[in-house]
Amino acid sequence: MTWSYLPHTAEDRAEMLAAIGVKDTMELYADVPDSIRLHRPLALGEPLSEREVAAYFKKLAAANANLQEYACFLGAGAYDHFIPSTVGHVLSRSEFYTAYTQYQPEISQGYLQALWEYQSMICEITGMPVSNASMYDGSTAMAEAALLSCHATRRNEIVVARSVHPNYRTVLGTYAKDFGFVVKEVGFTDGVTTLEALSQVVSKNTGAVIIQNPNFFGNLEDLSALIAKTHEVGALFTAVSDPIALGILEAPGKQGADIVVGEGQPLGLAISFGGPYLGFMAATAKLMRKLPGRIIGETVDKNGKRGFVLTLQAREQHIRRDKATSNICSNEALCALAATVYLSTVGKEGYAEVASQCLQKAHYAQQALAGHGIETVFKAPFFQEFVVKLSGNIAEINQELLKEGIIGGLDLGCYYPELAGNMLLCVTENRTKAQIDALVVGLGAKA
Amino acid sequence: MILERQPLIFELGKPGRKAVDLPKLDVPEVSNLIPEKYARTNKAALPELSQLELIRHYTQLSNRNFGVDTGFYPLGSCTMKYNPKINEDISRYEGLSLLHPLQDSATVQGALEILYKCEQALAEISGMKAVTMQPAAGAHGELTGLKLIRAYHRDRNDLARTKVIVPDSAHGTNPASAAVCGMQAVEIKSEADGSIDLEALKAVVGPDTAALMLTNPSTLGLFENKIEAIAKIVHDAGGLLYYDGANSNAIMGIVRPGDMGFDVVHLNLHKTFSTPHGGGGPGSGPVGVKEALVKFLPNPRVQFCDGLYSWVTSDKSIGKMQAFHGNFGIIVRAYAYILSMGGEGLRKSSEDAVLNANYCKKMLEEAYDSPFDRFCMHECVLTSKKQKQYGIHTLDIAKRLLDYGYHPPTIYFPMIVEEAIMIEPTESESKETLDGFIDAMKKIAVEAATDTELVHSAPHNTIVSRLDETLAARNPVVKWAAQ
Repeated sequence: MTWSYLPHTAEDRAEMLAAIGVKDTMELYADVPDSIRLHRPLALGEPLSEREVAAYFKKLAAANANLQEYACFLGAGAYDHFIPSTVGHVLSRSEFYTAYTQYQPEISQGYLQALWEYQSMICEITGMPVSNASMYDGSTAMAEAALLSCHATRRNEIVVARSVHPNYRTVLGTYAKDFGFVVKEVGFTDGVTTLEALSQVVSKNTGAVIIQNPNFFGNLEDLSALIAKTHEVGALFTAVSDPIALGILEAPGKQGADIVVGEGQPLGLAISFGGPYLGFMAATAKLMRKLPGRIIGETVDKNGKRGFVLTLQAREQHIRRDKATSNICSNEALCALAATVYLSTVGKEGYAEVASQCLQKAHYAQQALAGHGIETVFKAPFFQEFVVKLSGNIAEINQELLKEGIIGGLDLGCYYPELAGNMLLCVTENRTKAQIDALVVGLGAKA
Repeated sequence: MILERQPLIFELGKPGRKAVDLPKLDVPEVSNLIPEKYARTNKAALPELSQLELIRHYTQLSNRNFGVDTGFYPLGSCTMKYNPKINEDISRYEGLSLLHPLQDSATVQGALEILYKCEQALAEISGMKAVTMQPAAGAHGELTGLKLIRAYHRDRNDLARTKVIVPDSAHGTNPASAAVCGMQAVEIKSEADGSIDLEALKAVVGPDTAALMLTNPSTLGLFENKIEAIAKIVHDAGGLLYYDGANSNAIMGIVRPGDMGFDVVHLNLHKTFSTPHGGGGPGSGPVGVKEALVKFLPNPRVQFCDGLYSWVTSDKSIGKMQAFHGNFGIIVRAYAYILSMGGEGLRKSSEDAVLNANYCKKMLEEAYDSPFDRFCMHECVLTSKKQKQYGIHTLDIAKRLLDYGYHPPTIYFPMIVEEAIMIEPTESESKETLDGFIDAMKKIAVEAATDTELVHSAPHNTIVSRLDETLAARNPVVKWAAQ
């Protein structure tokens, strides 16, 4: 049996073993006690050829309903936006995707520059002075922001709005629990976090306040007011932003946020059943040396030529070990590269245009549904997602829609018991008027 | 052709240019949908360039970067093996890449089958009962595993167990993960060969021991042959054993962490299972556990029942480690690799990886100091001790290797070996490639003695020379600022 990924011929192996001075490769495993060895083959079946493995996955792929064939109105943290062809082509350059972290800057200038450009673009859209080079996903970026805030303020309470993505709050709870940090939630009124509600929960023990905008229901929160209240009690404010919405929404940095995090998947990443995604994280200059993850800095070589290096590494685990700001090592560099190419491709005008089209199409859908008697639950201004009240069972309605080639919205009752019977709909710029009209007809029939 | 200087993307293009044509809005436009106080006041100053300008920019940048496809990349502890192209193609199938993570499970049976079967394959390879695919990277797996261990002790009302023992030869992520899990890392000194000092271990274990974290083969590339005694000491003290899977490329099909006595294991799909490193991610760090810890695994997990795959949750779960189901696109690649190799091929891969590392060690142990007189596993550690007399350090040797067209090995790690050079060739490399590298290393050893300055001032053939890292850290310039 031979494998194309293993280059040695029998002759190669024999020559190498002879050079080492052993007869058999297994002699090299002399240190492995016989008592713990696996004395049987791994039960993984016979190897498949390239054609066979492709055929196997083709079959599995065909067993899924994909978003090329179905019009998707499901959002809730993963979004079907248009991805320009430039993104895939740049990502396919194997000088990028087969590289490791840029420990040798002289032969990694391409990636280092691209990641520095990424940091610059994240700073630009969030209005912050510093960004790291990526986190695992939006939820872990948010959890790390909460830990950072508590450590920086030496306080142990994290206040998070219930209008933040439920899965993000679960991740936050998982991260915070082992530190003994207390997570307190703020309820919503008419789909948004009110100043009064926040005021009742924050105190001088609050280290972090976390608000998502647009929030999980798609509604716009009054960030400026919430930030002012947060700072009044001496806590740090984390905004969880949708990077597409920032094309038309004020940069949280301009409104006074201390940390801005979010899910970068909408910036040119395949929806890919939930990953790999991209956590972005930007902060004030004051927090720069407390940030987790890689940061790329500009410098010069010994001839004075501009170059880029991994910098401020004294924060990181490979130097500081248990005193590091985080344990993160591998991040999502290739996803950050995708976001950089996406933002460069849509460019200054296109970035605002994509956001504007999401806004317009979502509102067109909401109005059309209202015309069919389907009520929007919250009156707050929204971006590309909104909540509608339906009379039937949501799961059954979605099964009916599927027959029409439509993936319907999220059954909110699964996450918020009080919102049972409500559906969270998402309309991105990638939905056509015809698809929206079909959704309206499909849901209208149920109204 | 690589240009001498590549502008920043912000220095290219002109106002009015664009790199993609977006469709016209096909619904009636309504104004003032966003209240004025929420609206963006200034458009984000993103690039404005044509598609060709953009593509040339990133092509130029890619030319300034070195990957496994460019050349030999023997970066120790990172397992820079070949990334099969068919796996890239498969991960881009629309039926796999265009799935929403919250779709009804009935519409994603193929995706759930991949998750389920990949979990089973990894459980078989590691000797574990069950596996979670949620962790996005190795360090994320460590954090997940330690949280599982904490949950296990907590569930038994054994609340004092907050200490995690790590040898001083461990990866930096081990103590850092313990700290991020709210536990205290207790470092124990290793023997000179990086193995665990049993007396030192006995001295620190006790009722406060949550776990011992261990890499085996160790970070020195040597197999810990006292592993059974180690496991007994930790288990007798009531602690659990955590396996850092960074080095599992040495042992597939030969010995399994579960059979060594480990209770929790993370595997790096981006190392052992051939998925690309992406320049520092995305990776994937699945975590396997023994029976007693299954109920604590992150929610939700895939189950297979009556011919259908579905999601199931556990009340005792630690919660969630990321928003959705893990780095699915990476898991697809890894499972394709496992199927392509089969059990026999994985074992052969490990054997060849170990053969290649021992060959490099043998061929270089005259020119360089080789501190351990034992067979190594998938990587070998040398030092620059013999070059010290000329004022040449490991960093100089690494930089000189760049001139010869090689990515240098891992340097200055493990920290317990002075001036370490850690070489991990992987099984992907041919004898000719290894011979070329060995030849270059030997030439550098000669140059170190005869033309010290040439080595000391290397690299000479790269697009930039050695960069001023002190300047970068002292005066951080971390983003573009318009002039």
